[in-house]
Amino acid sequence: MKPSVIPGFGLTFGYTILYLSLIVLIPIAGLFLKAATTPIEQIIRIATSPRTLKALEVSFGSSLIAALVNVVFGIIVAWVLVRYKFPGRRLLDAIVDLPFALPTAVAGIALSTLYAPKGWVGSLFSDKGPLWQWWHGQTWLPFGLSEFSLNFKIAYTPTGIVIALIFIGLPFVVRTVQPVLEEFEQELEEAAATLGANRWQTITSVILPRLTPALLTGFALAFARAVGEYGSVIFIAGNLPNISEIAPVLIVIKLEEFDQAGAAVIAGIMLIIAFVMLLVINLIQAWARRRFGNV
Amino acid sequence: MKRTARILALGGLAVALAFTGAVTARAQDQTLLNVSYDPTRELYVQFNEAFAKHWKDTTGGNVTIEQSHGGSGKQAQAVIDGLQADVVTLALEGDINAIVDKSGLIDANWRSEFPNNSTPYTSTIVFLVRKGNPKAINDWGDLIKDGVEVITPNPKTSGGARWNYLAAWAYANKTFGGDEAKDIDFIKQLYAHVPVLDTGARGSTVTFAQKELGDVLLAWENEAFLVLDEFGADNFDVVYPPSSILAEPPVAIVDKNVEAHGTADLAKAYIEYLYSPEGQTLAAKNHYRPSDPSVVTDQALVEAFPKIDLISIDDPLFGGWKTAQPKHFGDGGIFDQVYTPAQ
Repeated sequence: MKPSVIPGFGLTFGYTILYLSLIVLIPIAGLFLKAATTPIEQIIRIATSPRTLKALEVSFGSSLIAALVNVVFGIIVAWVLVRYKFPGRRLLDAIVDLPFALPTAVAGIALSTLYAPKGWVGSLFSDKGPLWQWWHGQTWLPFGLSEFSLNFKIAYTPTGIVIALIFIGLPFVVRTVQPVLEEFEQELEEAAATLGANRWQTITSVILPRLTPALLTGFALAFARAVGEYGSVIFIAGNLPNISEIAPVLIVIKLEEFDQAGAAVIAGIMLIIAFVMLLVINLIQAWARRRFGNV
Repeated sequence: MKRTARILALGGLAVALAFTGAVTARAQDQTLLNVSYDPTRELYVQFNEAFAKHWKDTTGGNVTIEQSHGGSGKQAQAVIDGLQADVVTLALEGDINAIVDKSGLIDANWRSEFPNNSTPYTSTIVFLVRKGNPKAINDWGDLIKDGVEVITPNPKTSGGARWNYLAAWAYANKTFGGDEAKDIDFIKQLYAHVPVLDTGARGSTVTFAQKELGDVLLAWENEAFLVLDEFGADNFDVVYPPSSILAEPPVAIVDKNVEAHGTADLAKAYIEYLYSPEGQTLAAKNHYRPSDPSVVTDQALVEAFPKIDLISIDDPLFGGWKTAQPKHFGDGGIFDQVYTPAQ
């Protein structure tokens, strides 16, 4: 390997390895060591039990949905904050960071209070609530359709989990996309327009490809954060086994049984899945950077 | 200039003296950490104040009592992992046994160290319903009527919830004449009426009282009365079922820790004071059933507890915590089976 022209590689590299080991690698190694104290049959039994599989599905599934929703609406928020000048823009910009700062338990309690069947938002969608009333008041609907009971439970269902995860993940997408958008030369869009591209083509062929690497980063961050989330979700999920129980709750259950090894097994499984997914996202990102250029 | 310097020097001296004074005063002070579970907050705030006064009156020493509250199992784990508790006052015997087994910090014979199996106060599980009891919930069997929603925490994560479960089990056992398949079926139906499984007792209380979810909350007796105080007695009624469980939240000295801290006498006095007339009266005031009602200074408090049929965990039906815990709440136990979807 050719030494870099910048001095100090040895020192900074050594420091990096030490720092990463202390903060990240040693705790994770400890986790896997603990998990390894469990006999292999037991690991397989825990990993393949329907309840664990369902909890993993709920955790990763709702994190995926939440991250995708955040990508779509995160772009719009970032776009508005970067491209338009309006009174209160700075304030709005600051509000985006609030989910970072708020203790997640507070967020969970606030959200579940809002979305519970008797809460401000939840009551709109509850049985015989305003939405239901309105639907049944529509005389133009063909018979049968108006009988369709229009009520949704939000809190204490998987939908509630997704809402909590959207809340905590929003800043990641906005904050990764925003600086890239700010660096955009608007001339490129003007050039596209003069070359005859309509607005849709400008968005899909000029803007989005160059946003892709940043979007993927934001998506990966929001997704990873959502997978590990516990504090806000337990208040809104309902925690019903096989329905709205997330994998971190299973870990806590294992700990309550004083079964640290069992908890470590589930944590290890989550970590491996998350690591593989993040690795794939990173590979796609590397590909996107080559394909669309580094912005 | 000279004057400023002198003022500074004097000031510095004063500060230094104040420090020395504080340090010497601190040296006679002792601190005691009581690691407890969630619903005992209000009780121990009052009890600690009373004990600190009692300790000052009898020994002349100052004592600062620190409290830690959380889920009972989590608190036990924290002590095992090194939380420097002097005494533990937890929801379940099983949690103190876990400290004994996993860390050896507590002597194995802790249950015989204090009267009444080291249980200074007992409690039971009652129903908290909406005002006027619109769904007419009066016994455990009413919980599985159509359209009734029951709020109770997850027995896997909450000590209180285990008592709820066991009380329901005892009812089923009595009703179905000991047919265990029917008992399991009753428990299955009961949990099918539970829309939310909070992780702790306080979480369930908030779900029921504040978010107005469900028709009945299965609650500690003291927690039910706390809701009446906090959320208004005109919104809720406490219903006593004809039978329930005798919940015995035990206490213990963490022997190895008090040895290291030199607080053995203090910790012993602290727990003994729980059994004193003052301690028993404070427990009764906070809706815990005193283990020695005769010493309570205000007998009206004792008479306020309705007399219902209470079954103990040591009854042959359960066979003590060491048998009941793995059978019902262990990995793959009956509670897990109840939630295993039909294949």
